[in-house]
Amino acid sequence: MDEILEILEKDGRTTAEEIAKLTKRSVGQVKTAIRKYEKEGVIVKYKAVLNKDLVHTDDAGVRALIEVNIMPQKDVGFENVAQRIYQFPEVSNCYLISGTYDLLLLVEGKSLHTVSNFVAEKLSPMPNVRGVVTHFMLKKYKEDGVILRHKEDHERINISY
Amino acid sequence: MKNILSKKVVELQPSGIRMFFDLVLGMKNVISLGVGEPDFVTPWPVREAGIYSLEEGLTSYTSNKGLYKLRLSISNYLKKKHNLDYCPDNEILITVGVSEALDLAVRSLVNPGDKVLIPIPSYVSYPAVTELAGGRPIYIDTSANKFKLTPDLIKRHIDKNVKAIILNYPNNPTGVSYTRKELSEINKVLLKNRLFCITDEVYQDLTYDFEHTSFPTLPGAKKNTLYLDGFSKSFAMTGWRVGFACGPKDIIDAMTKIHQYTIMCVSITSQWAACEALHSGKKFVEEMAREYQRRRELVYEGFNRLGLSCFMPEGAFYLFISVKKTGLTSLEFSKKLLDSQKVAVVPGTAFGSCGEGYIRVSYASSFENLKEALRRIEIFLKSRS
Repeated sequence: MDEILEILEKDGRTTAEEIAKLTKRSVGQVKTAIRKYEKEGVIVKYKAVLNKDLVHTDDAGVRALIEVNIMPQKDVGFENVAQRIYQFPEVSNCYLISGTYDLLLLVEGKSLHTVSNFVAEKLSPMPNVRGVVTHFMLKKYKEDGVILRHKEDHERINISY
Repeated sequence: MKNILSKKVVELQPSGIRMFFDLVLGMKNVISLGVGEPDFVTPWPVREAGIYSLEEGLTSYTSNKGLYKLRLSISNYLKKKHNLDYCPDNEILITVGVSEALDLAVRSLVNPGDKVLIPIPSYVSYPAVTELAGGRPIYIDTSANKFKLTPDLIKRHIDKNVKAIILNYPNNPTGVSYTRKELSEINKVLLKNRLFCITDEVYQDLTYDFEHTSFPTLPGAKKNTLYLDGFSKSFAMTGWRVGFACGPKDIIDAMTKIHQYTIMCVSITSQWAACEALHSGKKFVEEMAREYQRRRELVYEGFNRLGLSCFMPEGAFYLFISVKKTGLTSLEFSKKLLDSQKVAVVPGTAFGSCGEGYIRVSYASSFENLKEALRRIEIFLKSRS
């Protein structure tokens, strides 16, 4: 993988100037490469990874993983049904997977109520949906490669040979 | 109280910058560029292997030389990496870091009065263990030659009492390393003058501009060389304290004799973790090396922009930077920088007299820290001009 991507994946806020220094390329080259990656959709977007457990408000939200069993359609298989499902704004991730069910969704809502409404009123009644299992998430330990724990600062000694 | 202490230990020079170290250690919220160890935590599979060995109840002594499995892994590792053949039965010894290996080596080789060549600036232990063993450190000042040792410099310091030389590349504190061609020339001088070579290559995986050449791979060198290496720098395992020595059987035997009386064996937990490091650690090592290399670009460019010049280091994670144009000594510069901006660096004099006028900066620190340190040093320099 291009070093530029490696650096940005770690910290999306690294500037083109900094990347240029780190990779011994010109700022122009780096900017061109980044624009190209953005255009091609290799870089989809830049976002912050939050530890919402530490957000002390009531609207931190509720998340659920939902297993969905669907009846594939002739000629198009799962695609159309999946598309109908992932268009809902409540669905933040959607994967087709192997195993005992077909789609795995990550659904986010303001409260238990919003998520269960989505499941009961939108998802379950869909014609090709055969069954749904909802797992509410209780705690987030690690996300996007980051361990979400309030760690004590390790005291590496400040000076050594 | 003083007379209860041995003459040898009393005579051993305490490090001239010990007080500066105490000053740094006593201060809070310091941005430190003074650290001689990786800022990464040991890769998880390695930590997990240590934990698993404890769960399995593996808590006994191991053989003096170290777990056979670890010695075998090291033997295979060196074969693959450098095409070196060291027999796990009698040519490899597992030690408490390279530090212990170095001490054992010098004690096994040096008779009272023997001279040991030490190119300076050097890691602080080399002169000390030489003196403790009754030997005489003979310093080779490399500062006039961009901190690079040459055959000529060696020749100038040879006499009949010189027995060995301690090489360290990539070098702490200068970051200097050597190409195969440069090492071959050095090796010829050593062989011709029957100088034994102790080579400390613990930073070898952090070599950036060319392939690392291990000294015993040079023609005729293996019989004349003790190779020291460890897990601390490559695998970010400083606190585990595991190193190893490879060399001719009679020297490893001699070292093992001292080791069995003084140390017995390296912590078994650490040895199991080290096995895992060799088994699955390669990709972590490469990842960390790439990260250091990027930081090297950042700090090299940063310091040169501030007008503090240095050579581009070829390895390790240090820059050895001249502060002569500030008119301050190494220690003055380091103290004032610490006082006014809370940035810690190591005065070059810690590594030998020829380090005067230099500071050692370690880039084993996060981008954020490095950037902030550079910002503060800029303020410091401006406030003085």
